[in-house]
Amino acid sequence: MEDFLLLDNQLADDEIILRDNLRRWVDAEVIPKMPNAFEQAIFPKEFIQQTADLGLLGMTLPQQYGGSEASYITYGLACQELERGDSGLRSFVSVQSSLCMYPIFRYGSEQQKQRFLKKMAQAKLIGCFGLTEPDAGSDPASMKTTAKKVAGGWLLNGTKMWITNAPIADLAIVWAKTSEGIRGFIVETEFKGFSCNEISHKLSLRASATGELVLQDVFVPDENYLPGSDRGLGAPLSCLNQARYGIAWGAIGAAMACYEKAVEYSLERKQFDKPIASFQLIQKDLAEMLTEIVKAQCFNLQLGKLKQENKASAVMVSMAKMNACREALNIARQARNILGANGISLEYHIIRHMNNLETVFTYEGTDNVHHLIVGRHITGISAFE
Amino acid sequence: MRDYLGALLTMKILVAVKRVVDYNVKVRVKSDHSNVDIANVKMSMNPFDEIAVEEAVRLKEKGIAEDITVVSIGPAKCQETLRTALALGADQAIHVETDANLEPLAVAKCLKALVEREQVQLVILGKQAIDGDNNQTGQMLAALLDWPQATFASAVECQADKVAVTREIDGGLETLSLTLPAVITTDLRLNEPRYASLPNIMKAKKKPLNTIPVTELNIDVSPRLTTVKVEAPAERDAGIKLESVEQLVEKLKVEGLI
Ligand SMILES: Cc1cc2nc3c(=O)[nH]c(=O)nc-3n(C[C@H](O)[C@H](O)[C@H](O)COP(=O)(O)OP(=O)(O)OC[C@H]3O[C@@H](n4cnc5c(N)ncnc54)[C@H](O)[C@@H]3O)c2cc1C
Repeated sequence: MEDFLLLDNQLADDEIILRDNLRRWVDAEVIPKMPNAFEQAIFPKEFIQQTADLGLLGMTLPQQYGGSEASYITYGLACQELERGDSGLRSFVSVQSSLCMYPIFRYGSEQQKQRFLKKMAQAKLIGCFGLTEPDAGSDPASMKTTAKKVAGGWLLNGTKMWITNAPIADLAIVWAKTSEGIRGFIVETEFKGFSCNEISHKLSLRASATGELVLQDVFVPDENYLPGSDRGLGAPLSCLNQARYGIAWGAIGAAMACYEKAVEYSLERKQFDKPIASFQLIQKDLAEMLTEIVKAQCFNLQLGKLKQENKASAVMVSMAKMNACREALNIARQARNILGANGISLEYHIIRHMNNLETVFTYEGTDNVHHLIVGRHITGISAFE
Repeated sequence: MRDYLGALLTMKILVAVKRVVDYNVKVRVKSDHSNVDIANVKMSMNPFDEIAVEEAVRLKEKGIAEDITVVSIGPAKCQETLRTALALGADQAIHVETDANLEPLAVAKCLKALVEREQVQLVILGKQAIDGDNNQTGQMLAALLDWPQATFASAVECQADKVAVTREIDGGLETLSLTLPAVITTDLRLNEPRYASLPNIMKAKKKPLNTIPVTELNIDVSPRLTTVKVEAPAERDAGIKLESVEQLVEKLKVEGLI
């Protein structure tokens, strides 16, 4: 779509090249498959190797661990383009990169980094991230999963719910309560006592595999305990912070797809002898959609720069995630309306984005929770702790 | 490539790439009808040139070519296009800088100068650029160099100092055998260009890219043509369906067409 505010002028050549290449890949290899994948509720398996070959898994990490030392803006642009295809595809990359490779890189031992990261960048090992539980969503501190110290390792018990990539994962980053607080563990799905049940009947993020993790006396050896994760909830929240940054870009990618379709359709669709784009009410919608996309892109770009300089705070990321998801969902709904009946057909993609965005609005901190985080920043008073 | 004694030859390939308005963009004609408006419009590598780069990279991967130089002639922003070609697998890039819009003959003359300077044995270009649709540069370059040419290639096969090029022509396929050095222009079905991976994009940042001003080539690049007027294609009314030949004849008569 049109670069309305000439934001490309602020991007480096390699950032533009990555984005444009990915756009070509998503147009040719992803979008045509999505209506069917969504309807059948399957995550196209070929995307796993393809995203690894494109170098998208763990891209901001150092080369020695399989990354490309890409800038945060590059990572953001990649999320945007992937989600222009489908939120499920972006979720796969977010979970593998920000929620699994990142905690191993940040909180893992050198031996763990050597053992897992390169293989994860090559998609030889797929990860998932287990924080949410049936009775602990917005309030993860209330989790019931426990880890008890035993000789040579830990014994984990509990259930994790709504876990992206769980059915296809080789390992799970599981957060559990120890006598000293919440800690992270690399649970290999082959471990005895570990099982996964796929969650079906979703009407959102259908082309993404979601599951429930069940841990029954799972013995996790000491070598799989994340030694740097000894700061309680701070560790999993730092991972979420990484992923939320990507979501802020991604949600706008989905919004861009909806906006572009709506513009194209409104120019072609004639009613009352005129393209519907000539009606003022439609133009008002389109103007609002473009305005919100451009505003969010400005926010993302500035946030990316700050993140690169290590100056982005968690509350900034919360505001970006909250704003992008809300506006993307509104844009998807407006676009859905502009396409009339066709708006509900998977062939036109918008209903798929709209349904997906319901998840994106909720996971990684609900809209309410991010409002409370921003509210706490403004007032100094926490409304939820 | 091997010569008759079996010694390894080192074939160098030159690929010309043009930065053009992206194929997804619907351009609008400027209000003064002097040209189409490309201010702030998305630009990308000419699709036929992507195919040319891909073919060169495949020849290198097969061990037939040793070195690929990409060249682009145009404003500073062409460097992004050149970096894309480097990310796809070219070894080095030359940017001939000019803000003027060069016509095919001027481009061919510049390329000839570079071919001679870089000592290349094969030049691969797109059959045309999707902005001007001229379809002239490759042919003019071959003529200026006095090299054999094969245009609209749909398959390229190198053997020793020969290259067999298949072309899609009316009613079938034609295969030409050329003796190197030669000029080839690419058609759409020659190959499917790969996607640049992020690691290759990062590596491309470190590959050599030399910029030279067009004046350094001592070539008269002044335009030979004057654009009189640019207009958008006339809007066509939707067609109608007729039931029978009689109706068609009747209709044509009514419209005064027969
Ligand atoms: C498809 C999908 C994939 C997911 N993937 C993962 C994953 O990979 N890993 C993972 O750990 N989790 C994952 N999640 C879980 C997700 O992060 C949680 O659903 C989310 O954190 C919200 O928790 P909850 O669903 O329990 O809702 P609740 O916390 O029960 O919230 C319900 C409602 O109450 C509101 N609410 C709660 N507390 C307050 C308050 N104090 N003030 C005001 N309003 C409040 C919420 O905003 C929400 O509107 C996924 C979810 C989905 C749908």
